[in-house]
Amino acid sequence: MSAYVAVLIRVIAFIVLAPLLGGLLSGIDRKITARMQGRKGPSVLQPFYDVIKLINKETLSIGRMQYLYMFCFLAFIIFTGSCFFAGLDILLVFFVLTTAVMFFVLAASFPNSPFSRMGAMRELAQMLAYEPMVLLAAVGFYKATGTFAVNDIARQDVSAIIYLPGIFIGFVYILTIKFRKSPFDISTSHHAHQEMVKGITTELSGGMFAILEISHWYENIMLLGVVALFVINSHWWSIPLAILVCFIVYFIEILIDNTSARVKWKLMLSSAWAVTFILGTVNLLILQYLF
Amino acid sequence: MAKISKSPWLLHYDGSSCNGCDIEVLACLTPVYDVERFGIINTGNPKHADILLITGGINTQNKQVVEQIYSQMPNPKVVVAVGICACNGGVFKDCYNILGGADKVIPVDVYVPGCAARPESIIDGVVKALDILEKKREV
Ligand code: SF4
Repeated sequence: MSAYVAVLIRVIAFIVLAPLLGGLLSGIDRKITARMQGRKGPSVLQPFYDVIKLINKETLSIGRMQYLYMFCFLAFIIFTGSCFFAGLDILLVFFVLTTAVMFFVLAASFPNSPFSRMGAMRELAQMLAYEPMVLLAAVGFYKATGTFAVNDIARQDVSAIIYLPGIFIGFVYILTIKFRKSPFDISTSHHAHQEMVKGITTELSGGMFAILEISHWYENIMLLGVVALFVINSHWWSIPLAILVCFIVYFIEILIDNTSARVKWKLMLSSAWAVTFILGTVNLLILQYLF
Repeated sequence: MAKISKSPWLLHYDGSSCNGCDIEVLACLTPVYDVERFGIINTGNPKHADILLITGGINTQNKQVVEQIYSQMPNPKVVVAVGICACNGGVFKDCYNILGGADKVIPVDVYVPGCAARPESIIDGVVKALDILEKKREV
């Protein structure tokens, strides 16, 4: 009984706290980015101001289906995160995440807008680039801990990262794609250097863009949760350590974002697959034959 | 309730300017002026924008473009004409192809004079525009 209550508390905590933490993280991100460029930068609460403004603005919709798809995107992202923090199967988490992104692609590809469709195609290319590594990460967790259940992975005596250093680095590599950071922000970008208007988000205005922002907050917290899962073990000190690792990883992503220019999709695909193959597969082979 | 003026997103459109004003607009984004500290973002997308910044006058070719960009912006929205060219055609006023300032085709809320308009006055103009934006939202 108490186990169910604990799971329920974790899921509710995720649903309530993730948007707050995610928004704050994005605010800190913008502040650090500004400081790296020698600017003062906006307040750390800026992402919340942005979303409140967007909700209050007129929403120019291309069709009703766009609302449906965007709501499904948000709902599936929240569901993914809830599954993850409830400690369910990590494969389930990753597959539901893919489904969520598919709804986003649908929302962008059904309006007859060339920029939005081009963004949707690029989003698919991004999925193609990061999915193999995501699946290998799930397999790696299984090889290292003998289970797919997030709950049990987090209760091992030794952190998974000890067995999976290659997969961890590979996962951080594809996180750059997931966080939409330069050099892999090819489907859309927060910055104003987008060569195809705003890519996949071009046709989203007002409330629908707000839904997208909130979904990203949830998604980012969930992805950092996966990063933490590499570190967390049965000892209490692994939790602060995991949080520290999350911050370091996020800082590295910001640094890469500010020091690199966007690449073409083919380079993104080939480099992501090369990293997946070299770091991911070699890591798995070593696990298979040496342990 | 956070105000809309805490997160004004700009769309910059270059009509037929000499590029002098455009360089000043972009200067606002640099570390010296850093408009992002007010939450201002330069978006490239009319559907995300609250403020339309126009530089340069309107000519026969960009008339439809300006009208379309304006119509694609969700309400509430304001228009800031930057530089004397965008205000009334400026030095190009008598050219055969120039129709005049931005207000020939869309309603302009704030006029920022100058040739070129200085970043300080552009920021001043945008701040004025924010008050108007806030009033439009209340209506
Ligand atoms: S106002 Fe002056 S600087 Fe600005 S576009 Fe016109 S001519 Fe160029």
